[in-house]
Amino acid sequence: MSTDTASQRLTLVQAVRDGLYGELERDDDVLVMGEDVAENGGVFRATQGLHEAFGDDRVIDTPLSESGIVGSAIGMAAYGLRPVPEIQFMGFIPPAFDQLTSHAARLRNRSRGRYTCPMVVRAPYGGGIRAPELHSESKEMWFVHEPGLKVVVPSTPHDAKGLLASAIRDPDPVVFLEPKLIYRAFRESVPDERYTVPLGEAAVRREGADVTLITWGAMTRPAIEAAEAVADEVDVEVLDLRTLSPLDFETVRTSFEKTGRALVVQEAPRTGGLGSEIVATLQEESLLYQEAPIEQVAGFDTPFPLYALEDYYLPESDRIEDGIRAVATYEI
Amino acid sequence: MSIIQRGPDEQVQVLTDEGELRPDADAPELSDERLVEMYRTMKLARHFDERAVSLQRQGRMGTYPPMSGQEGAQVASAFALAEQDWIFPSYREHAAIYTRGWSLDQTLLYWMGHEGGNSPPPDTNVFTVTVPIATQIPHATGAAWAAKLRDTSEVMLCYFGDGATSEGDFHEGLNFAGVFDVPAVFFCNNNQWAISVPRERQTAASTLAQKATAYGFDGVQVDGMDPLAVYRVTKAAIEKARDPEEGETRPTMIEAVQYRFGAHTTADDPSVYRDEDEVQRWKEKDPIPRLETYLRGEGVVDDDAVEAIEADVREEVADAIETAEGVQRPAPEELFAHVYAEMPQRLEQQLAYLQRLRDRHGDDALLES
Ligand SMILES: Cc1ncc(C[n+]2csc(CCOP(=O)(O)OP(=O)(O)O)c2C)c(N)n1
Repeated sequence: MSTDTASQRLTLVQAVRDGLYGELERDDDVLVMGEDVAENGGVFRATQGLHEAFGDDRVIDTPLSESGIVGSAIGMAAYGLRPVPEIQFMGFIPPAFDQLTSHAARLRNRSRGRYTCPMVVRAPYGGGIRAPELHSESKEMWFVHEPGLKVVVPSTPHDAKGLLASAIRDPDPVVFLEPKLIYRAFRESVPDERYTVPLGEAAVRREGADVTLITWGAMTRPAIEAAEAVADEVDVEVLDLRTLSPLDFETVRTSFEKTGRALVVQEAPRTGGLGSEIVATLQEESLLYQEAPIEQVAGFDTPFPLYALEDYYLPESDRIEDGIRAVATYEI
Repeated sequence: MSIIQRGPDEQVQVLTDEGELRPDADAPELSDERLVEMYRTMKLARHFDERAVSLQRQGRMGTYPPMSGQEGAQVASAFALAEQDWIFPSYREHAAIYTRGWSLDQTLLYWMGHEGGNSPPPDTNVFTVTVPIATQIPHATGAAWAAKLRDTSEVMLCYFGDGATSEGDFHEGLNFAGVFDVPAVFFCNNNQWAISVPRERQTAASTLAQKATAYGFDGVQVDGMDPLAVYRVTKAAIEKARDPEEGETRPTMIEAVQYRFGAHTTADDPSVYRDEDEVQRWKEKDPIPRLETYLRGEGVVDDDAVEAIEADVREEVADAIETAEGVQRPAPEELFAHVYAEMPQRLEQQLAYLQRLRDRHGDDALLES
């Protein structure tokens, strides 16, 4: 292979670590903080080796207190640092909810631009790893619903590194949700050097002419699998949103206006999900292109179950294929 | 003066590290039968723990948080409760909830990912296993407050770890308890580590017990690997909560100083953050041989009795494993059960959709992902 730059085949969690390393190296203001992130290297090893490389003032174990972590990160960010707090699991963000929504999201607005909050709150999220209660939630809508916060979900190692770098350099607070089901599911070539992948731009993972499938995070892989499985019957275009807020609606609309048919695949509970917002906006703005009802394949409106039942909860290829066929074969 | 009214750093001990009655201490008033029962429960807990870790290793169970080293604190504190009292556990109190009536197979089922494993058996005064750190503390305060408003004689005992004392819910729960003078005992299992973060990095305060002072009630440190000391201190705290003397406050915080011998959970590798030497040092205080030495010295157990207990607990644990593993995967409808008292129409529709999916694809295909 002839490439100018060196690269390594990394898993998503290794790419996160690589991204953090690069940003810590690039900018002295960047620091990593959270529960078990220093010597232990994070419970998923996303911060492994960073403490050794950057020391006590840059990679910091905090007391067990999410509100303390995010609240003090806000103070640091306003002061001029670039904190990257880790919350151990998305299910444990709630103690920091007030800080995130009442302050991180609003500091710029409240101070009329005088104070800002450039920080990235990272958290592993989503189900499928046979974890205990409250370790599997997909609650991205808590934050998509919050003006002032950006919400990013990578689905590949390459994107994870590049999106994380963009998030850390972004002038506004970003909630960076890492789908832990695919933390180690596959490897991808990731350049050693620093690079960014822009926030707010969806990726077309598979081009297709018949149906637009919109998804993000861990659902991207089963969505592509399903698209391949039905390839003889239907030509599916798969969009990976990557940034959930602000949403790249342009890419969604362009694809939909080409295919006239769409479905959204999300792991989160269906009611009040991002899928519903996408459907509503497509109907408002592109109704005349629409050739079939837009389907949603989503998590159920139930608590995420303990792991014996989690496979029934999570959308998988069969469900997605059903959804594709329903959309593709609908005739008015 | 009660055993808990002392400086928060004057640790209560009844047994020496070797398991002898300290010359300055009184043994608790416990019948030989109760003492043997306490010892047996601790042995059972240790054996259960070893088997549970190995089940996880063999892929027969999910992530599991071991409790070895902490049996004395769990069992002796639960032994100090009266019938009507309640406990509010975290996720590590397998022995405490067993003492209060949960079966071992149910605990196994919970860690095998079955919802039924977290359904409190009828007539056991145990709140649910709580995963988010410290969140159960205000619940215990609230329940104790309600018991006071209703003028019952129930006391609420709430367990949590050293790490939990850093969460806002800890402070809010204890503050309310002080303000409303509720019959609650806050039992901190200070096992020195919150995953990889040592107790010294959790707070700049020299003890956790002293935090109670700021909320206006007693905080007491006890050797958490000395079951007799734990029993005495907890008993005194429970009695004070139920029936305070003139000038006494109802709530107490107990800091039970102990050590987690094993990993934080089966997903954790403690060799990354702590020395084996440290583990070995604490093993010298192991509550089980310590109580055994005392009981042998008092002539309460001998070789035969110990052997019989060992055989007995092996059998009880083996039976529990067999029972738990014999339970079928819960029906998928369980996903939708108990979300609301009455299932909303939208959930009924989603349940019907799941049934159609199962009919169309079969369970194997749906479970494949
Ligand atoms: C609110 C919240 N944050 C983080 C976690 C992840 N977590 C689980 S256990 C644990 C450490 C708990 O330490 P401690 O309170 O000392 O109790 P121990 O586990 O040692 O019994 C952490 C950080 C959680 N369960 N809940």
